[in-house]
Amino acid sequence: MNSRVAHRYDDQLFRGMGVTATVSCLAILIIFIGFILYQGMDRLSWEFMTSLPSRFAERSGIYTAWAGTLWVMVCTTLISFPVGVGAGIYLEEYGKKGRLSTLLEINIANLAGVPSIIYGLLGLEVFVRFMKMGSSILAGALTLSLLILPIIIVATREAVRAVPKTIKEASFALGASKWQTIWNQTLPASFGGILTGVILAISRAVGETAPLIVIGALAYVPFAPSGPLDEFTVLPIQIFNWVSRPQHEFVINAAAAIIVLLLITFVLNGVAVYLRYRWQQKLKW
Amino acid sequence: MTKQNILLVAIFGLFLTSCGSGGGSGRQPSGEIHIDGSSTVYPITEAIAEEFRLVAPKTRVTVGISGTGGGFQKFLRGSTDINNASREIKSSEVELAEKNGVDYVRLSVAYDGLAVVVHPKNDWANHLTAEELRLMWEPAAQGTVTRWNQIRAEWPDEELHLFGPGVASGTYDYFTEAIVGESGSSRGDFTASEDDNVLVQGVSTDPYALGFFGLAYFEENRDRLKLVGVDGGDGTPVKPSIETVSNGTYTPLSRPIFIYVSADAVQKEAVREFVTFYLEQAPQLVKEIGYVPMPDSAYKNQLDKFEAFYRASGPVSQN
Repeated sequence: MNSRVAHRYDDQLFRGMGVTATVSCLAILIIFIGFILYQGMDRLSWEFMTSLPSRFAERSGIYTAWAGTLWVMVCTTLISFPVGVGAGIYLEEYGKKGRLSTLLEINIANLAGVPSIIYGLLGLEVFVRFMKMGSSILAGALTLSLLILPIIIVATREAVRAVPKTIKEASFALGASKWQTIWNQTLPASFGGILTGVILAISRAVGETAPLIVIGALAYVPFAPSGPLDEFTVLPIQIFNWVSRPQHEFVINAAAAIIVLLLITFVLNGVAVYLRYRWQQKLKW
Repeated sequence: MTKQNILLVAIFGLFLTSCGSGGGSGRQPSGEIHIDGSSTVYPITEAIAEEFRLVAPKTRVTVGISGTGGGFQKFLRGSTDINNASREIKSSEVELAEKNGVDYVRLSVAYDGLAVVVHPKNDWANHLTAEELRLMWEPAAQGTVTRWNQIRAEWPDEELHLFGPGVASGTYDYFTEAIVGESGSSRGDFTASEDDNVLVQGVSTDPYALGFFGLAYFEENRDRLKLVGVDGGDGTPVKPSIETVSNGTYTPLSRPIFIYVSADAVQKEAVREFVTFYLEQAPQLVKEIGYVPMPDSAYKNQLDKFEAFYRASGPVSQN
């Protein structure tokens, strides 16, 4: 009898701890977002989205910053998607299990934990200096691609592994080659998961500042980029720059820019959720 | 409209826009000016670039914030035209310049005063001597100088909480050089932040705090902080203000900040015009941003220095 009461007490305690953890996480997020919205909502306007940076806080805008962010994101996706998904499929479907593949696996997992500024230094030496790309969008996108490749590879492998073995075996039994099986069965079945991983990786890259500052992304750029070899700035750099200004009006600008950045991230995450949902609906074996 | 027509229109449009950007009007200098370096100097250069855009819309001026040291690494490799610097070039950087054959000129563009501040409720510390500041901040003070009454016996027996910019900043370098006597050498047990607004927050919420940062951050937070006068050694404590920083009576915590321009860059007409514009507009714009302008005669001197430099830097195309 006594022990049963004690167990029930344990149960209640654990439940309480779980609820507290969840609620405090949510509360912090809500307070943060609420504070940002309160500070920056009034500043958001069409003018703010289409103006260049200025020494007058009320005249500055984020036109070049969001244009740069968009360019970098699109280029990063174009580079990291095929490479990451290709590598993930290779490792899961073709790679022989052995010492080499174990080594590769450990390294990829380690790479996912390397601080982003290290990728910035690598990008500076390899892309900016050695390959003479300068501080261009392409150099920035390649650096960010390196940063998120491990995430995409791991996500791809997880998604491919989740495809039931029976499906592949049935495909082989009908005489399909390995490539046909991957293209017609494995990939369609795992694509929702792969896309989710890619989009979550991209939305991480959107918020990166340190590696881009290291490769020489700028703060004041009075023109929107017109090609991948142009110089650029991105939203996080503009936010960082404004937050460290002494005048309070710039902090309000930063809050407004944070709202735009959050919107971009929310939209990306929303797309990820939607795509996963759609793919799950479509899957019928 | 068929697909092909749309394509045609698109190509034609592209052709038009590329013509538009290719044909300059001749009179105005066109081209690109690459600037990088200190984030302390950045607001001034940004303001100048913003104004310069109105007089020379064809010139593309870009400004980065890699820090004084990071900026010099690019400047001395020839990948930027101008470097914003909150300190003078270091001897190791001079060596790199000689190795790469980069010739340059240093131009002062404004003064930056460092404010020493305490909490408004602090009614004892009205001024400090440079010697007392050294006592607080030197490496030997770590773990030993921890209470206010260790600085002056009549001050309260309370813990002393120190706040200062992070060790990677030019402001920290300058403070330690002026106070401790060696750049980058100080005690390590103080609250450091790269963001000066965090320091403002720290000092304004702690009655036993003392901190230092750029004067502009004090000006914006006057109601939350108390300014401490500094006695540079002549017995008269001076509080930093536009006047005392620009007339040189606030010592040793005021410094000039610079731009460095390379000899290769001044071959470009756009860069020459930009730098001249910079020194002409600085007295007005520097004040607007919250920095301390130099006397007018000093800007004239810098202008003369720059003209002499580009005359000496080899062939300059006539304009």
